Order: sequence, then structure tokens, then C-alpha cells
Amino acid sequence: MDAQELLIWVRGAGLQIAAAVFVLGMSYRMLHLLLIGRKKSLAEARGSEWAGGLRTMWQRSFVLPKLSPRGRFTVVAGYLFHLGFFVTLFFLSQHIALFRAVFGFGWPALPRGVIDIAAVLSLGAMVALLAHRLVDPVKRLLSDYQDYLTWALSFLPLLTGFMLLREIAFEYVTLLTLHIASVELLLIAAPFTKLAHMFSTFISRWYNGAVMGFKGIRT
Amino acid sequence: MKEQETLEQRLGEQGVSRRAFLKFCAALATMMALPPSSASAIAAALAKAKRPSVIWLSFQECTGCTESLTRSHSPTLESLIFDMISLDYHHTLQAASGHAAEQARDEAMKAFYGKYLLLVDGSIPLKDGGVYSTIAGRTNLDMLEEAAKGAAAIVAVGSCAAFGGLPNAQPNPTGAVAVSDIVKDRPIVNISGCPPIPAVITGVLAHYLTFGELPALDELGRPKAFYGETIHDRCYRRPFYDQGKFAKTFDDEGARNGWCLYELGCKGPTTHNACATTKWNGGTSFPIESGHGCIGCSEPKFWDAGSFYTPLSAPAADVATVAQVSMVAGAGAAVAMGALDRVKKQKLQQSREKLTVEDLKGD
Amino acid sequence: MSTSLQRGIASFVGQIDGPIASFFTSCVHCGLCADSCLFYTETQDPKYTPIHKLEPLRRVWQQEYTFWGKLMKKAGLSKPVTDEELAEWEPLVYDSCTLCGRCSLACPVGNDIVYMVRKMREGMVASGHAPEGLKGATQRAIELGSPMGVNINTLRAQIKHAEKETGLTVPMDVEGADYMMVLSSAEVAEYNDIIGAVTRIFHQAGVSWTIASDGFEGTNSGIQIGSSDLAAELVGRIVRAAERLKVKYVISPECGHAYTALRWEGPNLIGRPYPFKVIHIIELLDQLRSEGRLKTDSVDETRMTFHDPCQMVRRGGMVEQPRNLLHMVAPNFVEMSDPGLQNWCCGGGGGVSANERANPLRTRAFNRKKAQLDEIDATTIVSACSNCRTMLLDGLEHNHMPHEVVGLTELIAEHLADDKEGKAP
Repeated sequence: MDAQELLIWVRGAGLQIAAAVFVLGMSYRMLHLLLIGRKKSLAEARGSEWAGGLRTMWQRSFVLPKLSPRGRFTVVAGYLFHLGFFVTLFFLSQHIALFRAVFGFGWPALPRGVIDIAAVLSLGAMVALLAHRLVDPVKRLLSDYQDYLTWALSFLPLLTGFMLLREIAFEYVTLLTLHIASVELLLIAAPFTKLAHMFSTFISRWYNGAVMGFKGIRT
Repeated sequence: MKEQETLEQRLGEQGVSRRAFLKFCAALATMMALPPSSASAIAAALAKAKRPSVIWLSFQECTGCTESLTRSHSPTLESLIFDMISLDYHHTLQAASGHAAEQARDEAMKAFYGKYLLLVDGSIPLKDGGVYSTIAGRTNLDMLEEAAKGAAAIVAVGSCAAFGGLPNAQPNPTGAVAVSDIVKDRPIVNISGCPPIPAVITGVLAHYLTFGELPALDELGRPKAFYGETIHDRCYRRPFYDQGKFAKTFDDEGARNGWCLYELGCKGPTTHNACATTKWNGGTSFPIESGHGCIGCSEPKFWDAGSFYTPLSAPAADVATVAQVSMVAGAGAAVAMGALDRVKKQKLQQSREKLTVEDLKGD
Repeated sequence: MSTSLQRGIASFVGQIDGPIASFFTSCVHCGLCADSCLFYTETQDPKYTPIHKLEPLRRVWQQEYTFWGKLMKKAGLSKPVTDEELAEWEPLVYDSCTLCGRCSLACPVGNDIVYMVRKMREGMVASGHAPEGLKGATQRAIELGSPMGVNINTLRAQIKHAEKETGLTVPMDVEGADYMMVLSSAEVAEYNDIIGAVTRIFHQAGVSWTIASDGFEGTNSGIQIGSSDLAAELVGRIVRAAERLKVKYVISPECGHAYTALRWEGPNLIGRPYPFKVIHIIELLDQLRSEGRLKTDSVDETRMTFHDPCQMVRRGGMVEQPRNLLHMVAPNFVEMSDPGLQNWCCGGGGGVSANERANPLRTRAFNRKKAQLDEIDATTIVSACSNCRTMLLDGLEHNHMPHEVVGLTELIAEHLADDKEGKAP
């Protein structure tokens, strides 16, 4: 299989496989979470579950409780990583072309300079987060192989994407193949690893907020 | 056959001055990215070169490659260079036809056994005994195998001969393959493109005449001198790509401003060819200058790489339908598994014994 | 049937619901919950990271509720949860968690960690891995009627004392009263001024109320040890008394877990909605205040601060009410850092105070409260939870700190208007 055939495969069959695993796995997992369900509380509500749930789904992205230096580091680096990841994923013109091809609609792109900065910050933050995971006692205790695997799976698309835009080290066709393949690995692993938090976090937040909302607690 | 004449003599007969000839050699050296000093070496070698016999076999093809070659029109030296060789068989260009034509081929093959150059355009069908393309009652496979035996080298002209091309595209009804899939024991140079650039064909021949061997090739058997870089690498619209400025439709502001055609499906970044530098129609332009993206015709399987108008970053296959089916399947699995979990929980609930204060007291 | 590993695991499986499955699915091991837990901040020991306390429960979730986990279990590739492991985790689940819920507010993916600890305790107690102290307290609550061993005779003596002090009658077992007051063990045993205080306040406000001789104890050790069955029995006593007396409201005392048990868990424990409403004493007092039925005529110039009881504030939503009341009587009120929803636990909630084994750890955890108090120069700490009060007094004494600790209801009662004749000498 030559470079072109490999590229065609990752853009075609490979992507179909990855999309199938991702969508099937994620829809299964998220719906399953909802179907496990919970007992409806018989206590008298003091507030609205939905108001609390929806508020927390949104609000928890921004709440910054007082933190220790290690906590602050995690929050700042975590934000940079996620922000950079989303900016590059959703606002690079080439990616929007992909979404337009799949979903039939697109949106305006951000200038390349912004994308570049976001990508570099995101990559830097990820390296810092990995280093922190290796030295911080709390994170070391909590970490298992999955944490390192998912780190690599998230890092590679960013790295290969960054290299691709500049044709660093390899030819375009090779880099494009690597980039798409790395995204496919990410998609395939996502439903079965902690990467599932990309969706489940909103279910978690809803439940958390619903319990608070039910009790009428203004968070 | 005037194979005993040298090129210089023949050029002289045609009224080409030595000055013009040297200019041609310098241009060749540049085109093939050879050092400027090699121009005189080329001139010296070419001047003395004997015209080798060339047999041109056309298989499953559209004659586009030949059309392209003939567009290397005179008075440019590309056409003259054809006088460097002795084209002994080419069923589109030769005057002879029928048995006479085939006889010419047989004679040339015998006379120059082991020395002739074999040029092939078109792919070779293998399915059903190769019946899908025959010449004088013989299959392409049969003819190729016979001709390859006595060839000093083979030049696969065009993407069909080089990689299988259009006939090889899914679902490949004729079982079409490339020359290199059949001939394994002869040096082969692939001059891919649909069609290939005429100057590249002539350039490779000149190189062979000059140095007596084929030029350095890439991993796909293409001369590095012409296929070493991508269209994207040498594209005059490249700065727009780097700035993220893309035309979104063929008639939008971006298209009028000459922005990058990536999102209109340009395959320039993954396509190796010399279009952006050599250009077409006597150096007039290349497709991107006309406002259309590269379709990647000099790469293997370019017909199977999705639509010419699908961006490289977009899927080359239908992902949306796959996703929709998967979502339904996933939801079904979740409902089934959710039901099983509920049964499990109910059973647990039924078999569960109440915790009493006695349980706290004693183990 | 006695407790066993098998029973514990079965309980884990039964307890895992949609929220817990989502929480474990979402956790990214960021470790931010550690910063929100005073047992981690005061010890810097990573094992006190809240989500780590749930590791056995997480494994059961993985093995029973996830596709790969089930597959791995079938293939015999997953590590089953063992009795030794649960024994190792017992101190993490009971000694180093007061169910304060601070981590649940800190988690960026929205995991309600305390919700899981509460549910995990169901399996821990079913597997026989609950602390002795908490077992004893629960046993006393079931068998004697109170974890501290107080009974109706103790209460009658305290009521007699209060009636003498106030000159008012404390209504006992009055059928058809609007409100039924429930007390905590500690209020009957130690902080008995509360009885006189509510008697005077309700007298002034004209509240129709009563105490039930068969349902006065609000403390619920069943909630703390994590047994819904035992918690249901305890809360059932109050429900039966309230139904017998046909009251409209049951008043939860100044006791955090009593409130959680009665207000939020109770109907689910007994499996049906109440025919009455539950209101926290502070909620009621603030309501009386806003209706103009609670009047004070003096203030206390002392520099006071308020310790937010976790179950009442963070998990109960009453942030403003205690402050509204304090502003009536404490002009020099000053907030601690992290007031309200983010306040730090006293260190003894969630059954930790009943668990002697946890005492050294609890003492270390109190350093957080000490640091908070050191930042402000308040002389009096007001709270609204008798367990917090005991824990605060304990910690203050240990650290040789001079602060006074008072209950909010008693503080209000001290400054009641037009009630001079009833005031304690």
C-alpha cells in the first residue's frame, strides 16, 4: 500500500470505521447512562431540578473555587489545553470544510495566526499537564495506564496537525495521513476511556446541579 | 531507419543552430535540477548520441498521453527531440497499419533486441484472460511480456501505465494493472499524469540518451527531478494557504482574489508533479492558474480519492450515513443493556435482606 | 444473615445508579477534588483525595456496568474487590469524609462525589466495614432511641427545667398543633437551653407547636453509617409521631444530618411522601422574622462570626437565613473566609464525631477552621448545628483558643423583645 492508498484509506474506510465506533460507542454509552436512571425523590422540592441541572451544565465550566498552587496549575493548564483544542478543532478553516462536508453547514474560521497560537498553547499545556501528572502525588495516585494513553491520543492529533500546517519533518501526504489516523484512534478510544467525559460531563453536571436545584441551593 | 546518424547531424539537417541546441541543453539541465555545468555535458553527450529504437505500445488508454506528447509542438525543441529517437512502432503516429505495422514492431524488436526503449501507455487488463483489450488478436499482457523481454528499459507513460489509472479505478471491471505489476525484471520509469507533461517525457528520454541510464527515481518509480516536489510546494497561491485564505466557491470573493483552492478540493498538497514549474501548453499555465484545483492525476488511485471537489481534510467516503446507522445501533444496544441492568437490579432488590441492628453487632 | 463481602458488593451494585455511572464515566483524574477536602489540605496525604475514597465502588461500576468491564470480568481479567480492600478503605470512607460536599462543588466535570460516598457507605456497612464507634452510636439510636443514650426521661427533666426558667409551658404531645419540634441528642443532653429558647420564641410569635414524646430525637446515625434500612427506622419514628399528632410541619433541629435525614432522605427512606412539611428551625425563624413575628430589642456588641453547617448551608441551601437572623442581633458580625456554600466543615460531620478512631485525624483537620478563625478576630462563633458546636468546642480547647460558641436560636432568644419576664436570670 503506497502513501496515496494509505491516505485514501484513512480518509475513507478508516474514517468510516472510526466514525462508526465513535458514534455507536458514544450513543450507546450516553444513552445507557441515562437509562440506568435514578429513583425520583419523594421529598418535597424546594427548587427546580432542571434549572439547577442546566445552570450547572453551563456554570461548572467557569467556577473557579479557591485553589492551592497545584490546583491552580491544573485549572490554568487544563483550560489552555481544552481551549486550544476546541479553537483548533472548530475554527481552523480546513476543519470547518470537513464539518461542512459531513453536516452540510459551516461557520467562519479564525485567522491562522490565532489557530497557531492556540495550538502552541494547547501543546505546551499538555506537556505541562503530563509532567504534572508524573510528579504530583495526588495525580500519580489517581492515574492508571488510561490517563497516559488518552493523553497521547489527544496530543497526537494536535501535534501532527501543527506539523502538517507547516510540513515539518515529513511530506504533506504522510503528515495528513498521520493526522487523520491519530484522530481516528482518538475517536475509536473515546467511548471506552475517560475521553467519554466529552459528553458525560454534561450528564454528570446535570445530575449534580439537579440535586442542588431540587434543594433550592443557589450555586 | 536513420539510426546511424547522430543527433547533431540531424539537427543540422533541420536547420537548428548549435547555439539553439546548447540553449535547449541548458533548459533541460535546469528542468531536471541538474547543476548548470551539466548543460555542456548534456550537449556533448546528446551531440554524439545515436538514436535508439523506440517501441511505443498503447494498451487500455485514451490516447491522451499521445495527444499530450504531440502538443510539445514545433518549433520548440521538445518536438525536435523526437528526432533523437527512432520511433519504430506507435500505432497512432505511424503511417503503417495492420500487418505492416505489426511487422515493423517485430523487426525492430529483433534488430535492437536488448537495446530498444519500450514506451507503454495505458493499463493492462488481466481479467477473463485479458480479453478486454487486444491488438491484432493478441492480449495486451501477451504483447507486453514479449516486448519487455528485449527492452533495455521501459517507460510507463501516463498514470494508466504507471499505476493503473482510470481503468484501474473502483470497481476495476477489466482487472486493469500497471506495467510494473507485470514486468519485474526490467528497469521501469513511471511518467505519471493524466496526461503527463510532454516536457517530462522528452526530459526523461534526453536523460537516458545523455547518461545512458534512467534518472533517479522516487519510491513510485517516478523521476525525482520532476516529481520531487508537490504542486502545493511550488504553487504561486501557497501564501494564501499559509494565511488560511481559501476560496469557498468558484465564484466568490476569494476565488476572484486568487486565494487558495484547498477547500474546493485541490489535491496539490498530496500531488507530486512539475505542473507548477514546467506548466502546460508551451509554458502558458497550469490548472490552478485557470482557477481550478489540482485533481492529483499523477498519483496512484487518484480516481478513488473521493470527489475532485472534496477538500483533502474532508472524508473521501460517506461518513454521515455510517454515523446515522451507528447512532441507531448504539441506541438499540443501550436500550437492551439498560433493560438487562434493570432486571439485574430488580433481582438484587428482591433478594436483598434488610440490614438490622443485629448485623452491626456481630461478625 | 450477617454482613459479608458478598452482601456489600451486592449493595454496591444496587446502589450504582445513573448519576454514579455518569460520575465515574466523567472523572478525568485531575485531582482538583483534593484541594476542596480539608482532610487532604490539612494532611497533604494524597489518599484523602475524595475520588480516591471511592475506588472499590468505581471498580464494581466498571465490572458491572461497562461494556469492557463486563467483558474483562467474564474473561477473568479484572481484579475483584476483596474484603481486605474494603477494610483498607473503611477509614477513607468513614474517618476522612464528613459528607460535607465541598468536593461536589469543586469537580469541574460535575461529579457529585459526596453523593457517591453516601451510597458507598451502604455497601461498606453491609460488608461489615463500618467503624465501631459509629456502629455503637447507630445501635444505641435503634435500641435506646438516641445515639447519646438520652431518653424521654432525660427530655422530661430538661423540659421541666426549661418551663421553670421561662415560666412558659412546653407543649408535649399536643394533637393538631401546627409545628412539631424535633431535637438532636446533643440538644437534649448538653445544649438544653435550646428548649427554653424555642419556647420563648414560639410564645412571642404565637406559633402553635408541640414536642412528641415518641418522636423527639432527630439525630440519624443510620444516614451517617450509610444504612437506609436503619435510617428509615429512625426517621420512621418521627414520621409516625407527626402523623399521630396530625401536625402540618415538622421542625428540624440545629443538627445538620438530622436535617438531611428528615428533609431530603426521609420520604425516600420510608418509601412515600410525607403528609406534612419539614422546615429547619433557622428557616422557620427567618420566616417569622420576615413576617414581623420575631422581634428583638437588644444587640450583642461582641465580634461574632458564623460557622456554616455543611448540611444546612452547602447541602441544604440556607445561606441567607442565618445571616438575616444574625444581623438582627450582632452588629459586629464578621464573615470568615470562604463563607456560605464554600465554608469548611468543622471536621466532625457525617459520623466522624461518633468514630473515636478518627479523633487524631479530625483534630488535624480542625487546623483549617483554626486558620479561618485566626484570620478574623471574632470572639464568638455562632453556629446552627449542635454537632458543629461540639466539634468547634473540642477543636478550640485542643488549640487553646478562647472563642465562645453559641447556637443561633439561643442567641436570638436572648435578645427577644417584650419577653423580659421570661428571660433567664
